[in-house]
Amino acid sequence: MAWTPDRPLVSIKDVHKIFGNLEVLKGITMDVMKREVVCIIGPSGSGKSTLLRCVNALVPIERGSILVEGQEVNDAKLDKLALRRKVGMVFQQYNLFPHKTALENVMMAPVHVLKRDRKEVETQARALIAKVRLTGKEASYPGELSGGQQQRIAIARSLAMNPDVMLFDEVTAALDPETVKGVLVTIRELAEDGMTCMIVTHEMGFAREVANRIYFTDGGVLVEHGPPKEFFAHPRDPRTKQFLDQIL
Amino acid sequence: MIVDRTDLAVLKPFRTGAREPWRISIWHGVALAAALAVAVGEAQAQVAAGEPGIVETILKWTPLLAQGFALNIAMSFMAMAIGTAVGVPLGLAQVSLLPPVRTGSWFVTQFFRNSPWLVLLFYCMLLLPFELRIGNTIVPLPGWLKSTIGLSLPVMANVSELVRGAVRSIPFGQWEAADSLAMSRRQTLTMVILPQCVKRMTPPWMNLYAILTVATPLTSVVGVSEAMTLTGDILSSEARTELLVPMYLYLLLWFFIYCYPIARATLALEKRFAVK
Amino acid sequence: MDLQPLWDWFRVLYETTGIKFTIFYDAFDRARFLNSFLTSVRLMAVCLVASVVIGVIGAWIQGSRLRVLRLVTQGYIQFFRNTPPLVQLYFFYFALGAYLKVTGANGIAVPIVSNFTWAAICLSFYAGSFNIEIFRAGIEAVPRETLEAAESLGYSRLKAYAYVILPLAFRISLPALNNNLVNLIKTTTIAYAIAVPEMLYVANQIWSDESNVPEMMNVLLVTYVALVGLLVWVMGRWERALTIPGYSPV
Repeated sequence: MAWTPDRPLVSIKDVHKIFGNLEVLKGITMDVMKREVVCIIGPSGSGKSTLLRCVNALVPIERGSILVEGQEVNDAKLDKLALRRKVGMVFQQYNLFPHKTALENVMMAPVHVLKRDRKEVETQARALIAKVRLTGKEASYPGELSGGQQQRIAIARSLAMNPDVMLFDEVTAALDPETVKGVLVTIRELAEDGMTCMIVTHEMGFAREVANRIYFTDGGVLVEHGPPKEFFAHPRDPRTKQFLDQIL
Repeated sequence: MIVDRTDLAVLKPFRTGAREPWRISIWHGVALAAALAVAVGEAQAQVAAGEPGIVETILKWTPLLAQGFALNIAMSFMAMAIGTAVGVPLGLAQVSLLPPVRTGSWFVTQFFRNSPWLVLLFYCMLLLPFELRIGNTIVPLPGWLKSTIGLSLPVMANVSELVRGAVRSIPFGQWEAADSLAMSRRQTLTMVILPQCVKRMTPPWMNLYAILTVATPLTSVVGVSEAMTLTGDILSSEARTELLVPMYLYLLLWFFIYCYPIARATLALEKRFAVK
Repeated sequence: MDLQPLWDWFRVLYETTGIKFTIFYDAFDRARFLNSFLTSVRLMAVCLVASVVIGVIGAWIQGSRLRVLRLVTQGYIQFFRNTPPLVQLYFFYFALGAYLKVTGANGIAVPIVSNFTWAAICLSFYAGSFNIEIFRAGIEAVPRETLEAAESLGYSRLKAYAYVILPLAFRISLPALNNNLVNLIKTTTIAYAIAVPEMLYVANQIWSDESNVPEMMNVLLVTYVALVGLLVWVMGRWERALTIPGYSPV
């Protein structure tokens, strides 16, 4: 079934995931349209990070369906590499390759996986590094960069693959408060440029500013969702109210 | 966290407690030399009138001892080279995704890790043929070569464990990041995981070499004419009991002088890699 | 249990295929190999226990306030850790043993200490030196705050060590200790060099008599690997039984 832009870019239907004895996702359903920015919030252990990892097949699901641009993820014959070219992911712990410079980190995958021309990739990589405002740091190793700088290079690295949707897994949670802003600005610019984003975050102010829709999960279940203004001003479910009271 | 059972675990920086690799320091050399001096002095006191002095005798035999020691070194180099060349693929096989490969290589590694070195030496000495017939050429297998092969077997097993430990010590996030960038398993291993492993493996690998060198005297038991055997021969030809202690201490000093720079280099490398 | 049919099977094996396992079908060889097996096991057991005891005592002495004691222990540790065990064995048996002789009944010098005892002493001290370091590191790895907490609860120093510190230190040391003990029982084979009638030595005698080198070597290899594997398994079970959920010694 060929995908068309009027259909959701990412379509998650009744997804269940069990780790050992613990059911972490108990039937999540949500749709993300192209160019939409979606923020997923909720208490720790509510399954948010697991959900993201299910979308790009880092974690297999027990039941349910995930369609990315019409491609079913919960399929034993899935071409994982093809999927991951469409879906970019940025992690809480940045996970830059410590033995390569920033530029090499950004260039590695397009050159070796997409087999693109090296010079072309280098030009794009430098442009991306400039976009995340780190011109001059191309030759630095991750160990020489601050946490926020590393995280921005990680974003550039994922962008170099020209994905259609970007997944952000609590990308500012491991950073000092001063550096958080730099990363959030980068993500906001991405969103304003039209990138489809699924963001798991604790930064409520950021979520309110940048999201088209907020999803609240608790205990593996999607409790409530809505546009940010409405969501934060008039939460309907008592669990949502309780969570927001604790956070805000 | 289940603690790894490798004795040369690259995981050491992450696990406190058993920080045991012994450090040779210059003081050991000083102590050894001092002990030698005392032993020589004491032995000299026991020398019968008219017999050559202890130092003189030791110096007389030094060239022969040097030849024997050169064989120890040669054996250690070869055994290390062979053991590493075979051990690295074996270690990689232990982290393979194919269960039969994984189990097979685990079994081989454990088998040779659990075998006493001396028994392996005997095995190779006695059961390997004294010459190999490849096509029309005859390759002779002298005793020291068979012993070297025997020594390379435990080295192979230890290197395999080293590699496995190193690969497992790379944070899982690296695998996830490479996965999410659509890298294949082979690409992930060769471009991301293994380059990071090399640094971690180098100090324990050098430590293994030191252990191997100190184990080469075992080959004297199976008849190889290396430094230990020659020391025994020298002592029996001289037939003077007062020579026993000084000669053995002298032999120990030789090993110390060889191993000490290696230990210092290992320490320096460990420090350098720990910073990054 | 009459195992004669089993032994006869091996004799038939020899007669048909030429594979010669005299240690099964020949009563004399069977007896001496079994004895050598028991000797090996005895040597291993003695060394295991003695080395752990040395380790515990040594670690305790290392915490002593008397500098002399500490230096002597250090000297002992460094000597045994930095020299090849085979050379140590020769040193003990030939060099020191030469001085420890008494004149026997018919005027011939007889050694006071048997070769088994020398092997046991040397190997125990060798492994013990590593154990001291292992136990000391384990004790140091327990955070000071734990001791302070125990003392503030009213435990005396001694009781705090016995009930709180040592159990934790032991768990931390266990992996390294296991490793060392496994190495120890592998190293017991060097007793061959001073003619202790353990498995390797007696196997040598058997294959010299019976010319069945490959069979004996294989039996030897399998037996040693099995023995070591048994120890590894037992230690592994013990380690697992002692693990505290959620406690990482890092």
